Amino acid sequence: MPRRTLSPAASLATLISILSLLPLAFVVFVTIQTGWTAAAAMIFRPRVFELLVNTVLLVALTVPICIALAVALAFLTERSDLPGARIWSFLAVAPLAVPAFVQSYAWVSLLPRLHGLAAGVLVSVLAYFPFLYLPVAATMRRLDPALEEAAAAIGDPPARVFRRIVLPQLRLAILGGSLLVGLHLLAEYGLFAMIRFDTFTTAIVEQFQSTFNGPAANMLAGVLVVFCLLLLALEAALRGRERYARVGSGAAMAPRRVRLGRTMPLFLMLPVSVTALALGVPGVTLGSWLAAGGLDIWKFDAIGRSLGQTLFLAIAGAALATLLALPMAWIAIRRPGRLQRLLEACNYVTGSLPGVVVALALVTITVRVALPLYQTFVTILAAYALMFLPRALVSLRASIAQAPVELEQAAASLGRSRANAFFSVTLRLAAPGVASSMALASLGIFNELPGTQMLAPNGTRTLAMAFWALSSELDYAAAAPYALIMVVVSLPLAWLLHVQSRRSAGR
Amino acid sequence: MTPPLYSFASAAAFALGLALTSSAALAANATVTPSAEGIIVYNAQHESLAEAWAAAFTAETGIKVTLRNAGDTEFANQLVQEGAASPADVFLTENSPAMALVDAAGLFAPLDKETLALVPENFRPADGKWTGIAARSTVFAYDKTKLAADKLPKSLLDLADPSWKGRWAASPSGADFQAIVGALLQLKGEEATAAWLKAMKENFTAYKGNSTAMKAVNAGQVEGAVIYHYYWFGDQAKTGENSKNVALHYFRHQDPGAFVSVSGGGVLASSKHPDEAQAFVKWVVGKGGQEILKTGTSFEYAVGNGADSNPKLEPLAKLDAPKVEQSTLDSKKVTDLMTAAGLL
Repeated sequence: MPRRTLSPAASLATLISILSLLPLAFVVFVTIQTGWTAAAAMIFRPRVFELLVNTVLLVALTVPICIALAVALAFLTERSDLPGARIWSFLAVAPLAVPAFVQSYAWVSLLPRLHGLAAGVLVSVLAYFPFLYLPVAATMRRLDPALEEAAAAIGDPPARVFRRIVLPQLRLAILGGSLLVGLHLLAEYGLFAMIRFDTFTTAIVEQFQSTFNGPAANMLAGVLVVFCLLLLALEAALRGRERYARVGSGAAMAPRRVRLGRTMPLFLMLPVSVTALALGVPGVTLGSWLAAGGLDIWKFDAIGRSLGQTLFLAIAGAALATLLALPMAWIAIRRPGRLQRLLEACNYVTGSLPGVVVALALVTITVRVALPLYQTFVTILAAYALMFLPRALVSLRASIAQAPVELEQAAASLGRSRANAFFSVTLRLAAPGVASSMALASLGIFNELPGTQMLAPNGTRTLAMAFWALSSELDYAAAAPYALIMVVVSLPLAWLLHVQSRRSAGR
Repeated sequence: MTPPLYSFASAAAFALGLALTSSAALAANATVTPSAEGIIVYNAQHESLAEAWAAAFTAETGIKVTLRNAGDTEFANQLVQEGAASPADVFLTENSPAMALVDAAGLFAPLDKETLALVPENFRPADGKWTGIAARSTVFAYDKTKLAADKLPKSLLDLADPSWKGRWAASPSGADFQAIVGALLQLKGEEATAAWLKAMKENFTAYKGNSTAMKAVNAGQVEGAVIYHYYWFGDQAKTGENSKNVALHYFRHQDPGAFVSVSGGGVLASSKHPDEAQAFVKWVVGKGGQEILKTGTSFEYAVGNGADSNPKLEPLAKLDAPKVEQSTLDSKKVTDLMTAAGLL
């Protein structure tokens, strides 16, 4: 049934995609406006080279360590008889509830000398490896053991089976997770500012603070954007076109768990030490600051106000991101094609832009062109929606795919309008996906810092802003309650993601 | 969820309130009638100090104050971008260059004569568009367990010497340090400043924030740091945990390193509540505001006529500061030079 006109969903999705390209278009526009000579002078200078080296080393060291850690932990929790595997599995996801800058605050107050590349790698691994663990563990849980058994039957030793059979099947999960970790590394500000490691993002924020959207900040942003696009392209190139689905009839059988036997205590050391570093250190540091601060640090009116504002922004922003992702998710499943792939690419590009770049663009656009929107909730919510739309898209798409199209068609044939059929049938079935979209997006908003500082309406003070202000005045004790609340509110979200990833794996 | 919804509602009521309050403000000449929405202060001063000022002012006058917090230069450039459409009523800074930038763009309204009369002439620009509200002295905070008094730098310029390589720290992204560079630029000229910054890039270690730099001195990571005086006094007044090994060296002798920076306050010409805004700045430089400097925990110098600073501080008169025209410190030139030196 060829169609000449776009369906309402497709038109909506197109419109949203065009809007989402606004920040990128802005960076290009500023670069052109600055003129090539002036831009080149600001891009090709020693400082940019320094930042380039720092950023490349950071990504090149952190991502492989995260992969190794995630694969090892996933193997232990999913495919071995490690005692307490389910608990370790949750504890491997739980660091997501500790905002990255709280993680580095914990480390810096424990080891004040910690700084530079090594510190950057250490703290980023602890903060971000769960982004790899989640997909890798989910895939490992789903693998059909028949292939492995076939390999074992022809005499391959277990290590070789793992390398030749299991690892290749994890490729998509590893690539997707690595991309997520890499993009987070490029976008992160608070973590690296706290341990004195300069990346493009910290330098952009500093330039912004010295000049407010000066050309220098925008040129740095341009280089950072190129970096993000390179990561996206690299991931797409490595992904390749192989099939990963199981062929043939019948259900996959449950994988057998490897018996660790006597070496078990040795293997147990891994999840124990990772948990101690990623959760124990923040726990102990926070605890000691809370104890040292006593009751004085609990300024309930200020904390309550921050919590209220943060919840409002997180829920409203996540709802908006999810709503905007709906048309995109729907056409991705129901009307896949060239247009849909193009739109999706647009959204990934925007989602890969660091919050700083999006905020930098929105500040200038609203102050110059759309002044009534300047410093309003509309702008900050729009920024959140742009930043976190891809997160919402991923789980929405997966859950819409699981809602049978026949039910939607049946509802339509019984006289419901298309939109009504979608909302009353498909979306209801996809509700768990909607919930995890919102959880993922609001988790991001909860921990967002530089964008919020630049765009928020007057009088806004989110938990992250308050924590940052106090900890940069070295008032670590007064900052502790804010950190604690951020962790406590994020924990159920991390739990939800853990449960959701198990469910999507069918158990 | 009430607070954000409330601010939503107040934002929605903004247009309505505008019409009502502007007529109310006209009616009230002698004393200012508080409006429903109060004033918005772009605050680059220490948050705790500004909060103390705002709370005491609101308690006395009933005028509501909303603070937006960020740094000197960020706000100054932001105000220039916003122009007449700025939502801000009052601008408070830690240093003068940011005030000079906004003044040069013609965005300040003249301050009330009575306000200006409260501050000596050397702490405010001749054009009367803004005023000093507090002051701070440059110091070399050093590790007294490592550096003997005779090994201290005689001048700020000495820190460019290769013998100081790897031994000192600063926070180059902060407006505080940029004000010091501004003074250096005014006193020694562009060429000398550029050369000094180039040597600095070689010699120094960058920290984010003056308190972090002082903490590094205390922890023995560097021997000294160029910061302002009050970080040390503030820490001493609390636990002393970040400054127990640290002592302060005042350069004196009108050295660029003895620069005393003036914090500024001004009312925006575009303010929708000019009377309330004027009242706030007047209050800050008046008895109430300056008393908070003396008795509070900010440890900045009071600048009002006859106002005393905290007795623990080295008296302003004894600092032998260089003569610097605060109202023409050039923040734009400073960030350009620092960017060129690879510091930003």
